Amino acid sequence: MIAPSAYLLLSAILFGIGVVGVVARKNILIILMSVELMLNGVNVAFVAAGSYLGDAAGGVFAFMVMTVAAAEAAVGLALLIALYRLKETVDITELKVLKW
Amino acid sequence: MTGVALLDQHLLSVLIALPLVGAALLLFFPQGANDAIRKFTLLVTIADFLLSLSVVARFDVATAGMQLVERAPWIPQYGISYIVGVDGISLWILMLTTFIMPITIASTWSAVTKNVKEFMVFMLVLETAMVGVFLATDLFLFYIFWELVLIPMYFLIGVWGGERRIYAAIKFFLYTFAGSVLMLVAIIALYFHHYAVTGVYTMDLMKLYELTIPVKLQLWLFAAFFLAFAFKVPMFPFHTWLPDAHVEAPTAGSVILAAVLLKMGTYGFLRFAMALFPVAAADWTPLIAVLAVIGIIYGALVAMVQKDVKKLVAYSSVSHLGFVMLGLFAFNLQGIEGAILQMVNHGISTGALFLIVGIIYERRHTRLISEFGGLAKVVPVFCLCFMIVTLSSIGVPGTNGFVGEFLILLGAFKVQKWYAVVAATGVIFAAVYMLWMFQRVMYGKITNEENLRLTDMNGREVAYMLPLLLFILWIGVYPQPFLRRMDASVNAFVTRFEAKKQAALAGSPAGETMLVRYFDGKK
Amino acid sequence: MVNGILDYLWLVPALPLLGVVLNGAIALLVERPFLLKEAGLPLAGGHGAGHGSHDDAHGASSHGSAHGHHETPAYRKLVAFIAPGVVGAAFVVALLCVLSLASRPADGRTFVQILFPWIQAGSLLVPAALQLDPLSSVMALVVTGVGFLIHVYSVGYMSHERAFARYFVFLNLFMFAMLILVLANNYLLMFVGWEGVGLCSYLLIGFWYEKQSASDAGKKAFVANRIGDFGVLLAMFLVFWTFGSLTYTEVFAKVPLLRESGVLTTGLATVITLLLFLGATGKSAQIPLYVWLPDAMEGPTPVSALIHAATMVTAGVYMVARSSALFLLAPDTMMVVAVIGAVTAIFSATIGICQTDIKRVLAYSTVSQLGYMFLACGVGAFTAAIFHLMTHAFFKALLFLGSGSVIHALSGEQDMQKMGGLKKYVPVTFATMFVATLAIAGIPGLSGFFSKDEILWQAFSSSHGSPFLWGIAALAAGITAFYMFRLVFLTFFGKSRMDPEVEKHAHESPWTMTVPLMILAVLSVAGGWIGIPAVLGGSNLFEHWLAPVFHPVAAAGAAHGAEAAVHHPAALEIGLMALSVAIALCGIGLAYFLYRVRTGKPAEIAKQWPTLYDVVYHKYYIDEFYEWAVIRRIVTISIGLWEMFDALFIDGIVNGAADLVRAAGDRVRRLQGGVVGGYAFSLLAGAVLLVGYILYRSVVQ
Repeated sequence: MIAPSAYLLLSAILFGIGVVGVVARKNILIILMSVELMLNGVNVAFVAAGSYLGDAAGGVFAFMVMTVAAAEAAVGLALLIALYRLKETVDITELKVLKW
Repeated sequence: MTGVALLDQHLLSVLIALPLVGAALLLFFPQGANDAIRKFTLLVTIADFLLSLSVVARFDVATAGMQLVERAPWIPQYGISYIVGVDGISLWILMLTTFIMPITIASTWSAVTKNVKEFMVFMLVLETAMVGVFLATDLFLFYIFWELVLIPMYFLIGVWGGERRIYAAIKFFLYTFAGSVLMLVAIIALYFHHYAVTGVYTMDLMKLYELTIPVKLQLWLFAAFFLAFAFKVPMFPFHTWLPDAHVEAPTAGSVILAAVLLKMGTYGFLRFAMALFPVAAADWTPLIAVLAVIGIIYGALVAMVQKDVKKLVAYSSVSHLGFVMLGLFAFNLQGIEGAILQMVNHGISTGALFLIVGIIYERRHTRLISEFGGLAKVVPVFCLCFMIVTLSSIGVPGTNGFVGEFLILLGAFKVQKWYAVVAATGVIFAAVYMLWMFQRVMYGKITNEENLRLTDMNGREVAYMLPLLLFILWIGVYPQPFLRRMDASVNAFVTRFEAKKQAALAGSPAGETMLVRYFDGKK
Repeated sequence: MVNGILDYLWLVPALPLLGVVLNGAIALLVERPFLLKEAGLPLAGGHGAGHGSHDDAHGASSHGSAHGHHETPAYRKLVAFIAPGVVGAAFVVALLCVLSLASRPADGRTFVQILFPWIQAGSLLVPAALQLDPLSSVMALVVTGVGFLIHVYSVGYMSHERAFARYFVFLNLFMFAMLILVLANNYLLMFVGWEGVGLCSYLLIGFWYEKQSASDAGKKAFVANRIGDFGVLLAMFLVFWTFGSLTYTEVFAKVPLLRESGVLTTGLATVITLLLFLGATGKSAQIPLYVWLPDAMEGPTPVSALIHAATMVTAGVYMVARSSALFLLAPDTMMVVAVIGAVTAIFSATIGICQTDIKRVLAYSTVSQLGYMFLACGVGAFTAAIFHLMTHAFFKALLFLGSGSVIHALSGEQDMQKMGGLKKYVPVTFATMFVATLAIAGIPGLSGFFSKDEILWQAFSSSHGSPFLWGIAALAAGITAFYMFRLVFLTFFGKSRMDPEVEKHAHESPWTMTVPLMILAVLSVAGGWIGIPAVLGGSNLFEHWLAPVFHPVAAAGAAHGAEAAVHHPAALEIGLMALSVAIALCGIGLAYFLYRVRTGKPAEIAKQWPTLYDVVYHKYYIDEFYEWAVIRRIVTISIGLWEMFDALFIDGIVNGAADLVRAAGDRVRRLQGGVVGGYAFSLLAGAVLLVGYILYRSVVQ
């Protein structure tokens, strides 16, 4: 039996890596993947807690998050492709139209 | 439900919805079919006017309260309903709205050539909103229509306007919006107050009328309503959006703005601010009367020195609306009936003035007085129409303007002698600025070669001007049909106003209203 | 029909209105396209010069054929028939009505015809109703009678005018408004006519609108009248809230009652009557609002005769007489009315001495004669005022029409310095004008003598009068005689100073113009015979006719002039009469001496006192003073308000608020760096802070 705290630690690490990816990387594709990573970190915590507490709600929430993440990835990637066609770059430092 | 039954039971709703339906149908018209679009829009507005005639036909002169009432729950858990009705106060303003719409549409035939479809859609949405404002007796519903008016008007000025249209449109929007937001806060406060007293949530105006609101709360709520309506009227010194909006708006926009939108403010005072908060209204009377009188004189003086005809007419509106406010705050039958009649009169004559300006603007693309002169010789029919409308604006007896102004001043004279005396000098100034402008535009020799090529009013222009001239003379010579239908409602208003004022004062500790105490002390 | 012909009283104003409609239709549908076609090549066309063309047309002859008017279009004949026709018909109906009224007993001579309820709001009940009583019947007959003659005259005088139909539309409209004014049974309806005649006056003064001075004069007249109307409006408010009605009979009936109950104090009556009198000074061109009338001479001459001499300008006198019940309660107002009347009479008479424009002399003469009427009102002699109003309508209309005939003969020349010796060219005009001049000068036996002398006598003998007022009035009478004979001598006698070209075409006017002159001449002679005072053996029919209107009033109010007069011996009255005639003769003699015997003398006198002459010639610089003291000030203030208050102050605040928001936004904008990573970081930081705060709160608790 692995201690619940280990799952939570894994979850926190995954989430932390995701956060760093979102904040530090310049490629939108990587950033999107990092967002997925954060969501999966949360998923790990949900599933672990659900299993520990014997409550199915944790698993349900994890599925919920997954569907949302799938939708988000679909929309995000579509936007990304559109953006690439328009600007021919996926580097966020070069996409500063919103600055003014 | 058959069509007849629909009209029988839901006449007012049909009146509100018809233009909106028309606007929706317009969307199916192909983009370039301008002629069809114009004709269809004209048809819809005429149909709405004809329907509104049956409101007059079915209107019971003896009934003081709301008539042809329709109610349906809307958001019942919050006490919000769809309630519409008409009484002697709103009847003629409603009629003015439906009457002026087809005329306005007809005036755009050759004036609006770009984005005709969008223009007409906005006009129809505007009509729905305006009719809704005057018929709604649920505060929530009223507020929605009130704000809905802003949107099409904003676009009408901003898209089809003159050179500084963006500035004017934003100024118009923000000015009036700033006031309305305060009103929204006051509406919500009133709503919760009603709940606190009765345990029932309601936005029904008739139920809210029954409340006796503590004096202190009245003063605050009235202040919020006052700002919303004073911006809209516009009262001095909140009037500076008006000249800009008028000058930049297309002719049709100016006509609607002057004829109907300004009346929303004065109507709002009568229906909401004064009726709901009588003590506060009485308390604020000296201030409002002073502002009204200043507006009358100030508007007239500033109008006198304008170089742009449209701006002149805009400032004259400030002056005329000052009369209306003075009449409303006389709180007697003559004053209020005069004020309601003057709202209609101002709609007709100032609307007609803007149409007149539009007619020459279409031909010369300028509105500067100095560009004209001697037109009487070239365009005699135009000159005749202009003359009659000018006389109506001056308030010469025999035209509609006189009856309204006389009743207002008579009513005001009874309660506020000196205000009425000063206001009456506005009658002199009105003659000065209007006749001076008329002289500079129409009389003299033609100095500008371009004016020689002016063509007189064509059949369409005469056709839409004639009804206005007809009403100018009709109301001037025989105003009875108009005044009689106001009697019962205005009488009830005055009586209820007094009773509610006394009740509220009785229930409040003495001396809560500074101004009332001050003025009672003086008497 | 219960009341016989009186039930058709409504026809009296309705007939001119019918004329307006018919002629209006002709003007709009027939004349307008005709004129536009005629002016097909605008400015280059023969009539582009506007008023100038009018003068040209006068220039050659009365036969327009030489001047491009190929032939009289049929519509003009129709107009020439309709316009005088409806007014003539109105006169006949009015006459029949008055005869019917006269057949009633003296105390039953008030007939009211209610047409329809006009304005009704609460206790305010104003019907559109006509009232025929002795006072309004005199007015109605004078208006329709003189009006008819002037309409006929206009057909001839305006025969070269392009906008023939338009002219008669306005003229008929004026008749309608004037008849409403005199026949109304309440103040508000009277006010409709009151402003209506002002409007027509505006339209007719500015008839030749292409002329700047004409449209200026029209505007000036309207605005000056409006200032007066402001007074009438306020007076109506006071009357209504005091008496609860605006109907004459109801108001006057309540006077004694309210007087007793103390509601109607002398102070209140003074305020009401002073406000009414303000209106009268505007309409009847008295000090301080008289300035518009001389300028009004810019209008066509028949208009000057009809509106600015015979009818409209007397409306103020009529209104004061109508309200005599109120005026008699306010001795202070009576004094003001008398003094203003007397001062105006002499003041404008002196201006008349130096004017060289024939119409302006007559205009100042009108102002002066109106002053007489107000003097009469002020001393309580309302009958005398109305009597003079009537005789003045005859002889002053005649004088104006005569001067019009002269102007017509001289191709539009109005300057008396360019006339002279005209009597052989225009014999009828000369003869009739001479009669009118004798009448206005107060030569015994003519109409003006009786009415003017009645006023002088009342000014002396009435309880409101004084020898001082008599003195001013008598002096003014002398000056009147002087300047009127000056006018006649300069125009008709002596050597011709005319332009040779003009002289060649000088001609007597057509019959449509001379016949009205002759009829008016007869009236100027005989019109006074209905009011010959008892002291001269007359029966004074006129006073008896008006007695029911004024005598009950006198009984209720203060002492009446006529009653007070009883205490004066007849010899005094005869003596004063002789004295005033002597003064008038002196004036005539002086005019004869200066303008027939020593014709160089007037210029010498002018040189001797240059300043005095200059001031009088420039009408005491009153117009310039008003321009400087009122008009300039108001315009300056208005521009100041607009540019400083509106544009700078209010919009400063409005735009300032907007600028403030924009400036704030400019600062905050810097947070939007555009780097998505930055946004993400702030998102994270925010989340951390929020979570941290929540944890902290839970730990603390």
